[in-house]
Amino acid sequence: MRLLDYFKSTRNINTASTAKDRLQVIIAHERQAMRGPDFLPALRRDILEVIKKYIPVSENQLDLHVEQEGGYEVLELNVTLPDEEKIAS
Amino acid sequence: MSKIIVVTSGKGGVGKTTTAAAIATGLAQKGHMTVVIDFDVGLRNLDLILGCERRVVYDFVNIIKDEARLSQALIKDKRTDNLYILPASQTRDKDALTHEGVESVLNDLQEQGFDYIVCDSPAGIEHGALMALYFADEAFVVSNPEVSSVRDSDRILGILQSRSRRAENGGDPVKEHLILTRYDPQRVDNGDMLSVDDILEILAVPLLGVVPESKSVLQSSNSGVPIILDELSPAGQAYQDIVSRFLGEDLPHRFMHVEKKPLLRRLFG
Repeated sequence: MRLLDYFKSTRNINTASTAKDRLQVIIAHERQAMRGPDFLPALRRDILEVIKKYIPVSENQLDLHVEQEGGYEVLELNVTLPDEEKIAS
Repeated sequence: MSKIIVVTSGKGGVGKTTTAAAIATGLAQKGHMTVVIDFDVGLRNLDLILGCERRVVYDFVNIIKDEARLSQALIKDKRTDNLYILPASQTRDKDALTHEGVESVLNDLQEQGFDYIVCDSPAGIEHGALMALYFADEAFVVSNPEVSSVRDSDRILGILQSRSRRAENGGDPVKEHLILTRYDPQRVDNGDMLSVDDILEILAVPLLGVVPESKSVLQSSNSGVPIILDELSPAGQAYQDIVSRFLGEDLPHRFMHVEKKPLLRRLFG
């Protein structure tokens, strides 16, 4: 059996590198979420509600995060606006 | 001045209690007065791992509630000099561990002249786990080479950096150490286990030691003898190294690579 294993292992898929890639993505994401103030998700939700009153935007078109720039903390808000025609209709 | 160490991980079942028992025993063996406290209220297990379960009369919560004196609850280990155990309570009241209560017990232990106070954290990030890490000077983060464990370790590191006493008081941060347990270099070579380097790159915490997967860990917990006392076991030796490294010895890391076997044994062994 050990002899067979030896040959079998050559066609092994490297799941460890998949694990590493997945971890790097999720941990970077979670660290960013942890770093921001506690009220950030609620603020984001409220802002989205207000904008929705005037422009049809969806959840993923709004990007809100806090960044450190030198001695300042900057609250950055980005809204991707939909095409003109869609607003008119 | 005693040093408070928390053994934590976020995820359960990665070897926190095994590590806490091993490290406390190792520190005591080196001549340091050491007490190890079980913070897992309701699910006491440190006593079993250290083989003193039949000697528990009073516990951590009894002291906090002033139902017993510290000296009545502290169990002196029979095998290792300088080692004392403060068992957790089996009560279901998890809020029994109050901030003030824990702080006053830790202060009393400091006054009694303990060099090291090892806090064995429960799993999770709830009250008991937060209490175990709050007063820590140093943290041993125990992780397995497995995605959920590494992710949870990162969460715990974030909590150490934001919600410990040192973080709140703005002093020096809690000193973090990584202990990687259940490591299998053969599986790493085969590409189906995260390597030490992968995990260090992700967590960015200094490595205190790698403990290899070993059958002797279960055997030693079966008999209630901390694994560090098994000098023939690779896992026991790994914990010996970890304690020495923690105390400042400059030892090369071991158990990270597959031992080379002769070709014939590799094929047919």
